[in-house]
This record gives sequence, C-alpha cells and structure tokens, in this order.
Amino acid sequence: MSEPIIQVKDLVKTYKSGDSELRALDGVSFSIDRGEFVAIMGPSGSGKSTTMNMLGCLDTPTEGTYILDGRDVSKLSGDDLAHVRNAALGFVFQGFNLLPRLSALDNVALPLVYARADSGERARRAERALDRVGLAPRMKHKPNQLSGGQQQRVAIARALVGEAPIILADEPTGNLDTKTSGEIMELLTEINGEGRTIVLVTHEPDIAEYSSRVLRFKDGRLVEDVRRAPKGRRAACSKS
Amino acid sequence: MFEVLRTAVSSLWANKTRSILTMLGVVIGVGAVITMVAVGNGASRQMEGVISGMGVNMIMVLPGAPSSGGVRQSAGSGARLTLSDIRAIEEECWSILEIAPQVSTSAQIIFENRNWQASVTGTTAGFFSIREYHAERGRLLDDIDERSAAKTAVLGSTVARELFGGMDPVGQTIRVSSIPFEVVGVLASKGQSAMGPDQDDIVVVPITTAQRRLVRRAFSDSLSSAYLQARDVSMIQSAMDEVSALLRQRHRIGPDDEDDFRLGNMTDVINSLSQSTRIMTLLLGSVASISLVVGGIGIMNIMLVSVTERTREIGIRMAIGARALDIRLQFLLEAMLLSLAGGVIGIMLGYAASAGVSQVLDWPTSVSGGAVTLAAGFSCFVGVFFGFYPAWKASTLRPIDALRFE
Repeated sequence: MSEPIIQVKDLVKTYKSGDSELRALDGVSFSIDRGEFVAIMGPSGSGKSTTMNMLGCLDTPTEGTYILDGRDVSKLSGDDLAHVRNAALGFVFQGFNLLPRLSALDNVALPLVYARADSGERARRAERALDRVGLAPRMKHKPNQLSGGQQQRVAIARALVGEAPIILADEPTGNLDTKTSGEIMELLTEINGEGRTIVLVTHEPDIAEYSSRVLRFKDGRLVEDVRRAPKGRRAACSKS
Repeated sequence: MFEVLRTAVSSLWANKTRSILTMLGVVIGVGAVITMVAVGNGASRQMEGVISGMGVNMIMVLPGAPSSGGVRQSAGSGARLTLSDIRAIEEECWSILEIAPQVSTSAQIIFENRNWQASVTGTTAGFFSIREYHAERGRLLDDIDERSAAKTAVLGSTVARELFGGMDPVGQTIRVSSIPFEVVGVLASKGQSAMGPDQDDIVVVPITTAQRRLVRRAFSDSLSSAYLQARDVSMIQSAMDEVSALLRQRHRIGPDDEDDFRLGNMTDVINSLSQSTRIMTLLLGSVASISLVVGGIGIMNIMLVSVTERTREIGIRMAIGARALDIRLQFLLEAMLLSLAGGVIGIMLGYAASAGVSQVLDWPTSVSGGAVTLAAGFSCFVGVFFGFYPAWKASTLRPIDALRFE
C-alpha cells in the first residue's frame, strides 16, 4: 500500500482566551490515503473545524506533526504554507468565499495567478475547470448573478483548477437546499472518482453518507473512525 | 507584476464611488494648497511690479535730521536742502543719472467757476522720467519752461477731471493761488500708489516759477525734497553713500555730527512690502495646508475602512495561495494609484483654479513648484501609508483569522 497522503500525529491546538486556555484539539492522530473520501463529523466545538484548518494549512498546530504528501508542513513558514495551499490543496467553503467583484472565470483562475501561470494558460485551465463543473456558459457572470449551487460549483472549479491532489470542503452544503446539496455532493463524488482525495467537514449525516470513511470528533478528540460503502458510489453503481 | 497592476486597477474600478471619494481628499487638498500659494505669490509679484513701476532705482532726499537719534534740530532751523545742493549732486556724483528737485505746496486751483485743492509740485524735467509720468495730452515741462520760469502747468488726470470734466484742458488758463498758469499737458493716470496717496492728484509747474511765485520761504533756494535716479538698481547703495558724503561736505557737518538730511530708497519699501506679502502667502498656504491635512485624514479613514472591510478578501486570497508579499504589493499599488491619480488631478485643479482666479478676480497668480511638490508629495505619502499599513497588518494575520473576519 502506498504512503498516506495525509498523516497527522498527536495534533494539539490550544487557544488562549484571557487567563483560561482552551484545548480545541487534544492529541489527534490519523492518516488518510490517496483517493479516499473522508467525512469529519462531530458537534460544534468538537474540534472538527480546527482539524480542517490544520489540514488546510490555514492555521498551525500548537503541538504535533502534519505530514502532507510526504512533507512535514507543521513547521513551515507563512510563505511556504502559501505555496502548499496553492499547489496541494483546493478549498470549498460553506460561504463559497468567491471574490464578489470578479467574474466566475477570474475567480476560478485566481489560484493560477499566485502559481505564476501566464494569462493564456490561466484562461484555458479556468475554462476547462468551469466546464468540468458544468458552468462554462456562465463564466462571465459575477457571483451575485449566480445561484448558491452555481456559486459553490465555481468554488469547486477554483479548487480543481490547480490540479491539487486534495480537496478540503468545509460544510460545502451548509448554505444550500437539499436538492442542490445532493447535486454538489454528486459532483464531489465524481471528482473523488477521478482520483482526488476529498476531506469533508459536515454535521449532517445525509451528507456524510457520500463519503467512504467517517472520522467522528468529540471534545477535541477523535472518537470514531468508520469505513463503509459510500452512497454516491452505490447510486452510480445502480445506474449502470 | 503586470497582473498585480491589473488586479489593482480592476479593484479600484469595481469600487468607483469609494475610489473617487478617496481621491477627492487628495484632489481638494492638493488643489487648495496650489491655488492658495499661487494667489499669494501672485499678490507679491503684483506688489513688486507696482513698486518697480514707481522706480526701483530712485533715491529720495529730504531735509532735516533722521528721526533716529536723540536731540534733533527741527527742519526749519538751518537744516536746508537747496537747489544748488541738488545741482551739485547732478554734477559731481557719477552714480546719479537724473535729478528732480521738488518744491511742494498745496494750493487752490481755479478754472472758471470750479475749484479744486491739489498738491502743487515745482520741479524740473527729470521729475517725469524718474517718477515715470507720461503725457496723455499736450506736452511735459522742459528746460525752457524752467529757465524762463514760465507760468506753465501740467495737470494730473484727477485734477484735469475735476476742473475740466470732459473738456480738453490743454491751452486753458488756470489759477494757482490766484496766479494764472497755462495748462500745457495732462499726465497719463498712474492710479493709487502702493503707499496710499492718489498720484494723479497733482499739478506740476517749473521749479523756478514755484520758488519765485508760489512758495514763500525764508530762503528762496530751499527745496521740500528731491528725487535722484541712480544709474542702476545695483548702484543704489553706492549712490546713496556718494550723495551723503557730498551733502555732508557741502553742509559742513563734522565727522561726529549727525546728518541734517535724510536719504531713502524704494528697496526699503520693497523689502517691507514683500515681507508682508510673504506673510500673506504663508498664511494662505497654511490655511490650505489644513485642508490638505483634513484631506489626508479623509484618505486615511477611507483607506482604513476599505482595507478592513476587505480583510475577508485578503483571507480568501491567502487561502488559495497568495503570499503575504502578494497581498502587500496589491494594496500598495492600489493606494499608490489612487494617490497619484488624485495628486495629478489635484495639480490640474490647482492650475485651473489659479487661472480661474486670475480671470474672474483679475488677480495675478503664480503657481509655485514648491507648493506643487509639497502638496502632491504629502498626499501621496498619506495615501500610500494609510492604504498600505492596514493591508500590511492584514497580511500578517493567520489566513484563518482573515478568512473568518466579519
């Protein structure tokens, strides 16, 4: 079996609020293999979002190590982390987090700007990514001219455009209705089927069902790690 | 780099109202400083022009001791300035080009049934060239009038208007203190002098006539004053020294005694006047500087707010791979573009407003390079600093904090 793409060991994150110290993560260890579709679940305050931020290199752990694709990123500097986020990770957020002033195409192309790609290549790759999520006809639209589901598709295209091996989705369906949520999850499942690793944070069991593995958190600790057949794959199988 | 520039421009364009408001602070501040200083400078230029029109290389000689010092002789007690003193100056002082001895009095001027009180000056032909009076009608007085002690007079334009209305005074006879004079010319108007008196309210007659007929003095040779013209402005001081030495010798003043005459020149007047216009320029400039500072505070405010409200954008950019440097560069460029554009428009506005003031108020203005540099430099500094500082702060945040910023 190949080396896991994500390996965290004894991850600890503490926040200081006044005199008291809040232990958001209290010694978490797990590893994720290439091509897995993992859902992180747990009630609010359980540490699932903190874990996600660590995995996304948006925040650094107080203690512990994080080995991403064979490289220890827990001690990297800000600019190196920026490079890791750009090259290895794609983000999908609950609130979409698109830049309101840019068109869908420019939003999708933004990671490539920071990857120093030239403008022709940026446009070509961004168009392909938008096409992949089915939004090529709307690439000139601004985010506020798109529905929630479409905005999330743009965000997914932005996560895909850099060919990052890992997609991190933080409550990607939190702001969407049930039908649209289903469509977004189908899309993520397809992307997972193309070989990308997906880590998803959710508190909705329906959404977690699309994953092949559930990590359950409680009080800053990992309390459950279950693998099972994902719903999306089952649906895809029954169709064929 | 080009990409960053494009991002900056599109971001400014996308927030047109905010960009314009921010720029407005710079525009008004820069424009106000440039205009105000231009108005002040223009005023001092005009003042200098008026003064040099009065003759910068002119020296005044007055009888009587200078006002400084302790016990002084009164002007009448032997302290005299005579026509022969002035003639001697003309002959012996190389640095003096022209002389205009004066005997002045005030007299009732009568023409037919009208009368007018005017100052009457008995002088020589040199008076007109030194004081830069020109004939508008008729002729000026000449040496023949002087030698023959002719009863001829040249009228200032005010006197001509008061006595003759629209009529041509040349060839008419007026009475000055009951003595008939023939009007031979009218002077072109010079307007109000910088020091106050109406320079057109005069009647000029030959000095010989004035001494013999109009002014009754103990010594008929006495003068009220004299104007001397130095060869060149740069020679004023040496000319004054020369004149002073000659007069002391002629008046037999001992080395330890005070002068019994006074010398003055226009540079003193120019200095004091340009001092006051400089103060005015400074005053206008500082009032405008306040608006520049207020504008700067406006820029500061809008920049702080706009960068703060874009903290989330900074977070998104960092999440997808922007380095702190990328963020700083983008905001620095935005702030620079805004300030530069504002500065350029402000400079144009300043020039336009200065030209407008010149046109509408008929007030000469002169835009000063120093004011342009200062105003533009200051506003650019303020814009760039306050646009950059919050962005720099945001770029040092952890991405997750910037991303969560509401």
